[in-house]
Amino acid sequence: MRTTRWQRWSGLLFIAPWLITFIWFTLGPFIASIILSLTNYRFIGLPTWVGLDNYVRLFTDDPKFIRSVINTLYYTAVHVPGIMIMAFFVAILLNQKVKGQPIYRTAFYLPSVTAGVATAYLWILLLQPNGLVNQFLGLVGIDGPNWLTSSTWAMPALILMSFWGLGTTMIIYLAALQGIPQHLYEAASVDGAGVVRKMWHVTVPMMTPAIFLTAVLQIIGSWQVFTQALIVTNGGPRDSTLFILLHLYRTGFEYFQMGYASAIAWVLFVIILVFTILQFGIARRWVYYEGATER
Amino acid sequence: MTARTVDTSLAPAALPSGGRTIRSRRVQVLQLLLRTLYYVILIGASIMYAIPFFWMIRASLMSLDMFFEVPQPLFPNPPAWNNYTDVWQVGPVLWWITNSTIVSFVGVTVGTFISALVAFGFARLRFPGNRVLFLVVISTMMLPQHVTIIPQVILFRELNWLDTLLPLIVPLLGGAPFYIFLLRQFFLTLPLELDEAAAIDGASRMRVFWTVVIPLSKPAIATVAVFSFINHWNDFFFPLIVLQSSERLTLAVGMRWLQAGQYEAQRLHLQMAIALIAVAPVVILFFFAQKHFIRGIALTGIKG
Repeated sequence: MRTTRWQRWSGLLFIAPWLITFIWFTLGPFIASIILSLTNYRFIGLPTWVGLDNYVRLFTDDPKFIRSVINTLYYTAVHVPGIMIMAFFVAILLNQKVKGQPIYRTAFYLPSVTAGVATAYLWILLLQPNGLVNQFLGLVGIDGPNWLTSSTWAMPALILMSFWGLGTTMIIYLAALQGIPQHLYEAASVDGAGVVRKMWHVTVPMMTPAIFLTAVLQIIGSWQVFTQALIVTNGGPRDSTLFILLHLYRTGFEYFQMGYASAIAWVLFVIILVFTILQFGIARRWVYYEGATER
Repeated sequence: MTARTVDTSLAPAALPSGGRTIRSRRVQVLQLLLRTLYYVILIGASIMYAIPFFWMIRASLMSLDMFFEVPQPLFPNPPAWNNYTDVWQVGPVLWWITNSTIVSFVGVTVGTFISALVAFGFARLRFPGNRVLFLVVISTMMLPQHVTIIPQVILFRELNWLDTLLPLIVPLLGGAPFYIFLLRQFFLTLPLELDEAAAIDGASRMRVFWTVVIPLSKPAIATVAVFSFINHWNDFFFPLIVLQSSERLTLAVGMRWLQAGQYEAQRLHLQMAIALIAVAPVVILFFFAQKHFIRGIALTGIKG
């Protein structure tokens, strides 16, 4: 009797380290942040209860917040489809029988491993008026703008920079491409399908689970852009690259309005949650899972 | 390991090469053109992706004057090797590297070990609440860091942990949700009979974990360790918020500290040298552990 009860509960010992840190560092703060978002708290003194005032202020009296939402939407709308299309074509390129494939794969993948402050530094350099990007544009006869000091071009500059990091998405596609059974292409050939129709009727449908996965991940990631915005443009010029998370960081940790910053955090969290749930909802209509029953 | 099925529909080599009719010669010419075009695109795009790295190395070897020369020299001549000795003077760089190394080391060793232990509990042991708690793990995996960070900072202040490495290290002692998830999925693929056989021989659960499951899971554990290193080494948002004094910073935050100073333009060359120092361990690790990266991403699809 004692041993069986011991056996029943001893499993909990194995997960105890996670459970303790989860309650302490995640669950507790998670609940606290809801409560904090309903208060005014400036990191010293005591929080004062303000009810939903922070949320009302966000949507009616904080142009910077609205701006940051629009900026983030702009980034998401261009970055996500852009990086997915580019990664798809790179994956197709790399999926051919070609000598030195690992070398090419490394060239495309490495930038996504080194992402961070160091790469942001590098891009400050590349985006200078006489930097590499403009030199390259000069080769094809385009007079490149001064990316980082123009409120029109700073956001496209960050998006351009983001395309350098297509490696992860590309590897996911490459794995999916390599998982497509060869006999499907053979069957399509027998039916007289050419390159384009094979791509559209075999490759793309078989890739939809991977496309869906990367879309979800990329959208979640775009709502949380921070490092590039802080290091490369510092939100400017004139708030043109002020992302939501940067606004949260400044509000909470530079102006120490922690109650208000918690409200921003929650709005951002709900946005991400809604987008993710929506995507899963729509997924049923277009994602093809092999083994699922045909309609 | 990788049974590759190549989409031959686009592979130039797979085009039919028939007899010596005019038609087939046309096919051959087309084939050659396609193949050339393919290589031009592939090599061109690869170079475009690799060139920024070259630019980084180049800039780190330029003297400050060279940045203002018009046109800038393509190859810095003579290379300003002294950037790599001067860079140690611009801030407590050695401390930053030490701090980053400590956090990454604990993350890779202790963090990975505990993630594996917890994953073993979820994958192999029955206890009340196993399934519900695992759902909680998955949910926290999706929970953005920014939702909890403000109360966390208040908590760390109450504990007097702000401006120390403790906020970066202590949470690691519970493992990381994403790695727990990944390892649990892997452990589930190992045959349960192994555990049972060991248990019949009188092995305790801890012994089963250590002598049966861990040795069979080396590839998955290596993948987790590699990801864990990269993530901790590159981590920026969280350490930026909890660290403050210049000698307490990690390397990533230290670089921000350098930039936030007033002398930005005057030490661009040193910034590039330190950026290269920061990137080097990651690149070196990548070349040694390439297959673990690829496997990890292909398995899970989640960013390292």
